[in-house]
Amino acid sequence: MTDTTVDFSPAAAPLAAELLEPALEIIARYPAGRERSALLPLLHLVQTREGFVSPAGVAFCADVLGINKAQVGAVATFYTMYKRKPTGDYLVSVCTNTLCNVMGGQEVYDELVEHLGVGHDETTADGKITLEHAECLAACDYAPVVTVNYDYAIDQATPAGAVELAEQLRRDERPVLPRGARICTLKEMQHQLAGFNDEREGAVADGRPGAPTLRGVTLAQEHGIAVAGFNTDTPITTTKPARDEGAKAVPDGKVQRPAPEKTGPLAKAVTAVKAAVGAVAEKTHRAGDVKDPESRTAEQRNVDAKTPGPGSQQPTPQPENAAEAAGVAKNQPAGDGKPAGDTERPASAPADTTKNSGQGETK
Amino acid sequence: MTQPSREVLQKLTPVLTKRWLSPDAWKIDTYERLDGYLAVKKALEVHPDDLIQLIKDSGLRGRGGAGFPTGLKWGFIPQGDGKPHYLVINADEGEPGTCKDLPLMTWDPHSLVEGAIIAAYAIRAARAYIYIRGEAVHAARRLRNAVKEAYAKGYLGENILGSGFDLDLVVHSGAGAYICGEETALLDSLEGFRGQPRLRPPFPAVAGLYASPTVVNNVGTIASVPYIVLGGADWWKSMGTEKSSGPMIYSLSGRVANPGQYECGLGITLRELLELAGGMKPGHTLKFWTPGGSSTPLLTAEHIDTPMDFEGVAAAGSILGTTAMQIFSDQDCPVYATWRWLEFYHHESCGKCTPCREGNYWMVRTYRRILSGEGTYQDLDTLQDTADNIFGRAFCGLGDGAATPVVSTLKWFRQDYLDYIEGRTAPRLSAKTLVGAH
Repeated sequence: MTDTTVDFSPAAAPLAAELLEPALEIIARYPAGRERSALLPLLHLVQTREGFVSPAGVAFCADVLGINKAQVGAVATFYTMYKRKPTGDYLVSVCTNTLCNVMGGQEVYDELVEHLGVGHDETTADGKITLEHAECLAACDYAPVVTVNYDYAIDQATPAGAVELAEQLRRDERPVLPRGARICTLKEMQHQLAGFNDEREGAVADGRPGAPTLRGVTLAQEHGIAVAGFNTDTPITTTKPARDEGAKAVPDGKVQRPAPEKTGPLAKAVTAVKAAVGAVAEKTHRAGDVKDPESRTAEQRNVDAKTPGPGSQQPTPQPENAAEAAGVAKNQPAGDGKPAGDTERPASAPADTTKNSGQGETK
Repeated sequence: MTQPSREVLQKLTPVLTKRWLSPDAWKIDTYERLDGYLAVKKALEVHPDDLIQLIKDSGLRGRGGAGFPTGLKWGFIPQGDGKPHYLVINADEGEPGTCKDLPLMTWDPHSLVEGAIIAAYAIRAARAYIYIRGEAVHAARRLRNAVKEAYAKGYLGENILGSGFDLDLVVHSGAGAYICGEETALLDSLEGFRGQPRLRPPFPAVAGLYASPTVVNNVGTIASVPYIVLGGADWWKSMGTEKSSGPMIYSLSGRVANPGQYECGLGITLRELLELAGGMKPGHTLKFWTPGGSSTPLLTAEHIDTPMDFEGVAAAGSILGTTAMQIFSDQDCPVYATWRWLEFYHHESCGKCTPCREGNYWMVRTYRRILSGEGTYQDLDTLQDTADNIFGRAFCGLGDGAATPVVSTLKWFRQDYLDYIEGRTAPRLSAKTLVGAH
């Protein structure tokens, strides 16, 4: 897949040189025609290089998915884990939600602010630590908790313990975490968030459950308590043979895709990139394009009184060309008026050529 | 610390938490030695419809908070419709106080993978997603490893165990948005959009992921499935109550002597759970608590004998939710606690619905004023009015969840509010946080 040259827009080109291959691997996890599902992992991926989502990162995601930068930006700014400015090697998060807060999390956070001289979402001058106060980190039985690059770092944290951890991190000493894996940098962590396995030797095996996690089950064990009557051979009542036509699943895009190499993400990326570096006239066309998923979504979500509601099974306006019409027919709106898919074509249609010819006409 | 009585100890039902005691249960070989993947073999030998019936018979209800009957949900998926179906597992654990799914996925990830295979087979899905909270990195690490191992052993992929059933399972990390725990917002997020809830109907069973029939289930729900397949519906119903069957992981946190995870049959009371947890922390007296996360109306010390099942908690005017029991004592201020929750809801409101977006913005400011010692009697009416106007007026439950602690603390602890307004309680916040409050 990597032997094809892709012309990315100038803003995205430097990132594309490094990230195209993993990006295509990410996109391939999702059904054909549903490539947009890869957007969240792709945004994590761009943070592996830059530590935040830069305009170049937005351009890269847009180019590789064939959507526009505003659509990517809208998503990137919605989620807390996509950072808007450069970050340090270690993201230290202190839970200050109610329970951790009353258990001392606020004091821990305040002490770190004082000690490091930075506030929420700010990075120390040496580029080592980005500090944030976080909402519930789902370890309330260990309250208050502190994480480093999202791995649980301190349980029942105290201000002094948090300062000690911060100092260790500033010296690039990486303490062993009781319930998480060995510490890496935030950028390295983004690689895992993009959906790749942690390849570090032994990292998956790191960590042991703490006492609170095991409290109930240990109590049961100590007192010899088990649920009676568990027999794995208990029969399942059967009313029909195991295999019939009704037992079969309908495969989705991935299996139906006739020629993955031709209609796959790479071909789509090429098309998208060519479109993105086109003339102003073409851009104008893109902006007003009724096929554009986001604008179509907006139109359908803001229906007026005359427009049939989403539940009424009213077909969307028929596009002019046949391939598109087939796409719309196969993708009736979902309940909230969103288009059925996030792209404007069915999985099996040669949609890239459709899109291409459509843009060709405006040139 | 007093030892719990034998009678209360008998209420422990270690089922989903049992393997947590085996340090290597996350590895497939260990998992297989501990009854692992037996249920898949058994399930693939019967017709999917019979599996759906089995789950219906077990009375299993969703563990994510709403308690919807799981078998019924699976049965809603239209069969023979010629469309691909999807199974989406909601692992976006983030409800304040909730901490049961992450340990399960970290210490026993294969049980979720196995449940996913069975559930996908039952609803005829060829693709399943686990949407895991982004911050849950170690759980995701273990889960991805489990999926890799399961592919290698032929439990995932094409023609699983020679049954002709194919399944691809993708672990998809979120990016930090509480709202994505709401099932339709999760689906939008999984499609690569901002996570904002959708109007229902149509429900995901008809038009979910990619507008196709979709089952969205919580981690605990899916992880329960292999046990039901193995032990049978009657065994499952031997735990819990008639209408709320099976075991549930209760998460106790806060001012208790031994916070932690306690798996018990549904219907146990807080009094009994506190006994298991060694009582309150020394020097603390129970004052208020959440039965199932901060989005469920607060309960007080007088509710200590409420049965913690779907019906019992509802009868007490609250919701069982995620059985995340945050325990607060007489040393904790309900007004301060509510303010901090509202800061959370304000931050996490997705902005789609005006009452939730604007209401939380203003309620946070009203709370800051009260906590700074500058509150007025009218502020209490304003809070009640704002909360009433958010409740039931947003697409999803986030708005309701935000209104919930406000309404319940105004109901139970009005005096605590008045103490700030009338100057009996020292201000908790400084006046500099008041910008924009007047």
